[in-house]
Amino acid sequence: MPERSSTPAPVSASAPRIEPMPPESALTGFRTLLYKETLRFWKVSFQTVGAPVLNALLFLLIFSHVLDRHVTVYGEVAYTSFLVPGLVMMSVLQNAFANSSSSLIQSKITGNIIFVLLPPLSYREFYAAYVIASTLRGLMVGAGVLAVSAAFVEVPMANPLWVLTFAVMGGIILGSFGVIAGIWADKFDQLAAFQNFLIMPLTMLSGVFYSIHSLPPFWQDVSHFNPFFFMIDGFRYGFFGQSDTSPWLSLGVVSLCFVVLAALTLAMLARGYKLRS
Amino acid sequence: MSLPALRIDGVTKRYGSLQALGGVDLEIGQGEFFGLLGPNGAGKTTLISALSGLVRPDSGTLAIMGHDVVGDYRNARRNLGVVPQELVFDPFFSVRELLRIQSGYFGIRRNDDWIDEILASLDLTHKASANMRALSGGMKRRVLVAQALVHRPPVIVLDEPTAGVDVELRQGLWQFIRKLNRDGHTIVLTTHYLEEAETLCGRIAMLKAGKVVALDTTANLLRRFATHSLRVRLANPARGVELGGTVAEAGEAGEGGWVDFGFDSYADVETLLARLREAQAGLIEMQLGEPDLERVFVEVMHRA
Repeated sequence: MPERSSTPAPVSASAPRIEPMPPESALTGFRTLLYKETLRFWKVSFQTVGAPVLNALLFLLIFSHVLDRHVTVYGEVAYTSFLVPGLVMMSVLQNAFANSSSSLIQSKITGNIIFVLLPPLSYREFYAAYVIASTLRGLMVGAGVLAVSAAFVEVPMANPLWVLTFAVMGGIILGSFGVIAGIWADKFDQLAAFQNFLIMPLTMLSGVFYSIHSLPPFWQDVSHFNPFFFMIDGFRYGFFGQSDTSPWLSLGVVSLCFVVLAALTLAMLARGYKLRS
Repeated sequence: MSLPALRIDGVTKRYGSLQALGGVDLEIGQGEFFGLLGPNGAGKTTLISALSGLVRPDSGTLAIMGHDVVGDYRNARRNLGVVPQELVFDPFFSVRELLRIQSGYFGIRRNDDWIDEILASLDLTHKASANMRALSGGMKRRVLVAQALVHRPPVIVLDEPTAGVDVELRQGLWQFIRKLNRDGHTIVLTTHYLEEAETLCGRIAMLKAGKVVALDTTANLLRRFATHSLRVRLANPARGVELGGTVAEAGEAGEGGWVDFGFDSYADVETLLARLREAQAGLIEMQLGEPDLERVFVEVMHRA
């Protein structure tokens, strides 16, 4: 076998030394990935923002038509008013998940993920960019649903800070879920399974359409094991100043979820799970 | 002493029972045009992936311009541009958007002057605003080259860049890559087109089953491994085979009777022809062949 020492690498004395372009700032790479991920969904905003807003409004139209005259919640809150925050939060969660998961699976399957893996981006920058872009999409869709709903339904906002806190936390958590699903899934149907058998049931059974006090005691207890319930209940507290459980408890559960999911996602990325073999 | 552009020490990588890299040692100097050759599955792409951080070696170290690809990955990757083998692209963006985004990943904003220069060199200026989906395969390939160059890396790795590319584009691409090499960029090339490697590369490493089985200058490899060849068409080819020749494929016109002989120096031709005459082989036509990298490749792979 040839030895390296027997064939020293020739160095061309005449070749000018090339220096790579210096980075302008340590954050430029992260900001660019965030910009690209945001631009990616914005370029198809009919599909990524417009369509989910329309879907949520259809839910509102149908449920309010059927139930508004028959159901009140928290004593005096009309069902349609009660429903709006649930639909807004559901939109935030589902779209935050859809953004990071679809971006990653598409990039993996088409192979263009390589353009993000070759540059000098850290796994933390990777995580932050994908999750923030997902949160932005979730918030945009949520804001769209809220804005259009408010034109037809009276929606109070007792404490906007709670609203914003839970919306952002929900977006970050589902954006992280999306990163995990997008990295784990090798095929679109695996991602669809993740979405349809985990995210969708947890969302639908979290109290988007009802107060858990309307459930039998057993199902009330079960709901407390669903972290999505706390996201929606805390979010709803920001609108009505009332909720099924303490907003502080909800904030605690949601914060714990965030820490666990962020740690799990960062650990996957640091190991290069399914990205760097 | 100048820092090597690439230094690879004892790199191993195993995928289950497959030993993709079995202890690769290589050093590539700055400004070299280096060829990395080997049959499919030899470990070329795994080695390139290890350099670019896509694959984590089981053992060994890799450094680009002195920067370890694991411990100092940011600087290592800033010094490296990779043109991947597959024709991949992001369908959401135009060519210019893609190049601006790629620049940004490397920490560079306001890079339009250099981007314009690359686009012009690759004859893509008129397609700068076109969506990637609208480009032909050859143009997409050129965009991949442009993406690898946006941060002006000193070391450029091209993983089979001309696979499935038409002759005109291939020639244009090599002209451009040669210019980059003249400007001082180190070029590492993998290709199955051995005549390209022979023409372009000053030094070549051949890999087989994850190991370097030959490493030398192209000229030395040709001298060491390849013999000249004499191809003769004989009225009685069996006589030629008895004298050590091998039956060759039929000629362009489909005529048979061709036999190949290898020889080291032209002085041997006279002797060989004399022996054919003595054996009454009946010489009809003859052709002389120069040593080429394909023969070297076959010989090295056969011996390894």
